[in-house]
Amino acid sequence: MQWETVIGLELHAQLATNTKIFSGASTAYGASANTQACAIDLGMPGMLPVLNERAVQYAIRLGLALDAEVAGRSVFARKNYFYPDLPKGYQISQYEIPVVGRGHLDIDLDDGSRKRIGVTRAHLEEDAGKSLHEGFTAMSGIDLNRAGTPLLEIVSEPDLRSAAEAVAYMKKMHALVRYLGICDGNMQEGSFRCDANVSVRPVGQLEFGTRAELKNLNSFRFVERAIHYEVERQIAHIQEGGSVVQETRLFDADRGVTRSMRGKEEANDYRYFPDPDLLPLEISVEQIQAVREALPELPDAKRERFVSEYGLGDYDAAVLTSSRELADYFEAVVARSPDAKLAANWVMGEFSAALNKAGLEISQSPVDADALAGLLLRIADETISGKIAKEVFEAMWQGQGDADRVIADQGLEQVKDTGAIEAMVDEAIAANPQQLEQYRAGKTKLMGFFVGQVMKASGGKANPQQVNDILKARLDGE
Amino acid sequence: MHDRTIAELSAALERGDFSSVELTQATLSAIDKGAELNAFITTTPDLALAQAQAADEARARGEATALTGIPIAHKDIFCTNGVRTSCASRMLDTFVPPYDAHVVEQMRAAGAVMVGKTNMDEFAMGSSNETSWYGPVKNPWDKSCVPGGSSGGSAAAVAAGLVAGATGTDTGGSIRQPAALTGISGLKPTYGRVSRYGMIAFASSLDQAGPMARSAEDLALMLEAMAGFDARDSTCVNTAVPNYQASLQDFNLKGLKIGLPREYFAAEGMDSAVTQAVEAAVETLREAGAEIHEISLPNTELAVPVYYVIAPAEASSNLSRFDGVRYGHRCDNPEDLEDLYKRSRAEGFGEEVKRRIMVGTYALSAGYFDAYYLKAQQVRRMIRDDFAKAFESVDIIAGPTAPSTAFAIGAKADDPVQMYLSDIFTIAVNLAGLPALSVPAGLADSRPVGLQLIGNHFAEAQLLGAAHGYQQRTDWHTQRPAGEG
Amino acid sequence: MSVDKDDVGQMAHLARLAVGDEERADHAHNLSNILAFVERLSAVDTAGVEPMAHPLEMTQRLRPDEVSEIDQRDRFQALAPLTQDGHYLVPRVIE
Repeated sequence: MQWETVIGLELHAQLATNTKIFSGASTAYGASANTQACAIDLGMPGMLPVLNERAVQYAIRLGLALDAEVAGRSVFARKNYFYPDLPKGYQISQYEIPVVGRGHLDIDLDDGSRKRIGVTRAHLEEDAGKSLHEGFTAMSGIDLNRAGTPLLEIVSEPDLRSAAEAVAYMKKMHALVRYLGICDGNMQEGSFRCDANVSVRPVGQLEFGTRAELKNLNSFRFVERAIHYEVERQIAHIQEGGSVVQETRLFDADRGVTRSMRGKEEANDYRYFPDPDLLPLEISVEQIQAVREALPELPDAKRERFVSEYGLGDYDAAVLTSSRELADYFEAVVARSPDAKLAANWVMGEFSAALNKAGLEISQSPVDADALAGLLLRIADETISGKIAKEVFEAMWQGQGDADRVIADQGLEQVKDTGAIEAMVDEAIAANPQQLEQYRAGKTKLMGFFVGQVMKASGGKANPQQVNDILKARLDGE
Repeated sequence: MHDRTIAELSAALERGDFSSVELTQATLSAIDKGAELNAFITTTPDLALAQAQAADEARARGEATALTGIPIAHKDIFCTNGVRTSCASRMLDTFVPPYDAHVVEQMRAAGAVMVGKTNMDEFAMGSSNETSWYGPVKNPWDKSCVPGGSSGGSAAAVAAGLVAGATGTDTGGSIRQPAALTGISGLKPTYGRVSRYGMIAFASSLDQAGPMARSAEDLALMLEAMAGFDARDSTCVNTAVPNYQASLQDFNLKGLKIGLPREYFAAEGMDSAVTQAVEAAVETLREAGAEIHEISLPNTELAVPVYYVIAPAEASSNLSRFDGVRYGHRCDNPEDLEDLYKRSRAEGFGEEVKRRIMVGTYALSAGYFDAYYLKAQQVRRMIRDDFAKAFESVDIIAGPTAPSTAFAIGAKADDPVQMYLSDIFTIAVNLAGLPALSVPAGLADSRPVGLQLIGNHFAEAQLLGAAHGYQQRTDWHTQRPAGEG
Repeated sequence: MSVDKDDVGQMAHLARLAVGDEERADHAHNLSNILAFVERLSAVDTAGVEPMAHPLEMTQRLRPDEVSEIDQRDRFQALAPLTQDGHYLVPRVIE
């Protein structure tokens, strides 16, 4: 039997606000335990929530970017359950009426086609704290610094049909929230998290199979592995005559398996009801318009512009616009060094490779866009060759100064003096009479050998075009 | 000094008849002598004397307001920085908040002297002050009787002359009903008029803080200090606080249209002596020039059932934070997390609180939500619409505050539903978010009867004016229990 | 609507309240009475009536995104039954 996989993702994006969604406590990451948990975050008696303006603006931004309806009126509800990382015994969330309604996001598939993925809704809610198990004897330690951090939960339609599609969607949403400046996207710090609803059904069957909710998928790679495992588990289970149970399963990254969280599940009854401490959130047409006008260029539009404005190919444009930081870097380079194709090659090639190797973000790069542009200008004006440029870049990366300084200090400027090149050519020919004979007997591909000899003699600095021209004249002519 | 109103004490302080320190000392000793009433959970003599000293100094600098140097008590539901705030629960027996409620800040800013925290029903859940972890409060008029609840300690303290004014909270009648049962004046303001910040929540969409005192004039003085915008409470309204005291003097009962809901005079279990007293009070208002109209609030009898769905539902969620982890009672040697939660809460909460948590949990649970909670919210709107319609033709609605006078301690303790019905006339006001007050309007069988006046949203000045007008013509509010002044 | 001891057990679990067997019977009795009392709501025709969650027709006020809270961990944790190294302690939770 042929099986079809059906996946829907619930993405949680921590909003990049200064303060909590309902209190004035800082959301900065990495503070000492409970030093950023104020009386409201701790659920102290008599404390009341007041909604953060910026969290609302960020939700509107996402709604507009997903071409979704932004609700004129939405309602905060309480989701009631007991857990130590949930100080009030309820999470404030949006249930029946979310701030962002139905929208969509287009993803690119490996075969070059595009697929539109439905977004069911996105709602504002508060994050929980953290339970820690290391360092406490028979106890867990509770840190509530994260409690109350604003989250947007973005729920997709069950439109994804493979782990690869799920990852593509997640990456696209990840890039989008960073473009919008609403989430830092730092997955190690838990700023962008994923739960996946996964089911299988025989190809051709209309109704969905029973789904399992996979949790703890905190990297793109985990999402892919967990879904692969889960799909195979469900198919094998059904083929053995079993049926899939609707449950929550935790991905165990060490063992590469998902396992049931039964026990925590029993009798889940969240008793949602409108939070009486908060009033309906109203968003006016004017507010939405103001956010729309301040909206940055979105990834798809930027990509199209890179093709039309810079003459880049689809692939290059897609890579360069995959993150706002990379796109901004590229544009800053081009602003000073206008050969867009050269800039694209360098940003995607040498520059990205160096970042990867060093494990750095663009913002931490020792070579900023201005410095890279300075280097590319020296390639364009033939001060140095592309090959030497790589050496110069390496030196710049090591902090040895800008391109001109490195070129000067190390004497890397191209030799363009015809007399000097002629001398080197003559020397190379004289030193290799055997190869000269063979060349003149018709083995013209030895041209490369002579070029190599001359370049070697010049320490790579001779202008390659001149070397070629002079060599050819000498070898063929006299 | 303890038969005087705030206005009288304020005048005496201003004249220099005595200092705030002297007044506070006398108040503290009165509280000691009145200990058998069990009106206070905590007294704060050192803090009070320090505040009194500061008040005297402020007065000497010419910075006194009407409340400067006046000893008052706060219901133990308001968080007080550095002073134990128990909500009359074992759960919070040792809880000392590191912050003040907005009401506490406001009263202190006005110069009032806090002498202590008053007893109440546990988490404000009760109508008789019998559910307190610290034991029942006695009614100064008859010590075998309850003072009403949940602000029973504040009511008893004012009625017995221990303090001239106290704060209370009112979720379904918790200021007005005990005010009626102890012969004092009490006001529940419009929902949103007074900030709920730092007030331990019972039912958030119904709770409202208000003043309890011996006269409408004192209520006006206190409300003016308590009210005011507070950005920390999303449900607190940002509209200017009127000068309530000044508006009392300008108010004229002549031509005031007063509606009498026929349902309030024909209720089941209504004490006829109460009806008679209220009718006499209405007659007094008529003689003063008010126009009396019969009106109808057809959904009156549904208010109590609606309330006993909505209030427990909100309470069941509000009280989830008391889990033995960050503050409050924690059981000994929990076996695991579940055990920690279940035993801490079972030990920390009293029976009535647990009962309401169970009812509220039930009303919100899957399968019952629509039938109970949503249905109750729909009927809540119908009740509010009844009032809106009534206020198209009348200015104020008058009726009894409670269906009976104070009842014996223990009389209704075993029958929750009978207990709940003692709030039948007060609950609808909370559901609709309206302001209402209770003033003494006579005695029935030597126990006080309360007249309730209900106003439209933010019509506190009008209510206080009408109550003041009534008190200008009657002396029920000046009568004190035998042996208490 | 009548509530039995199993319903009580279920509600008590959701509300995290330990109830003994005897208490269950009491609770079942009391809850049944209270629910019978509120049952009269079911007879009310509420067709087309919008549920009312708030007494006032107001909308949510928003707060500027500015840090206004300072670290008061020591004061808050002085209230806590059990802490260690700035953490609140609970019996170990296993996921």
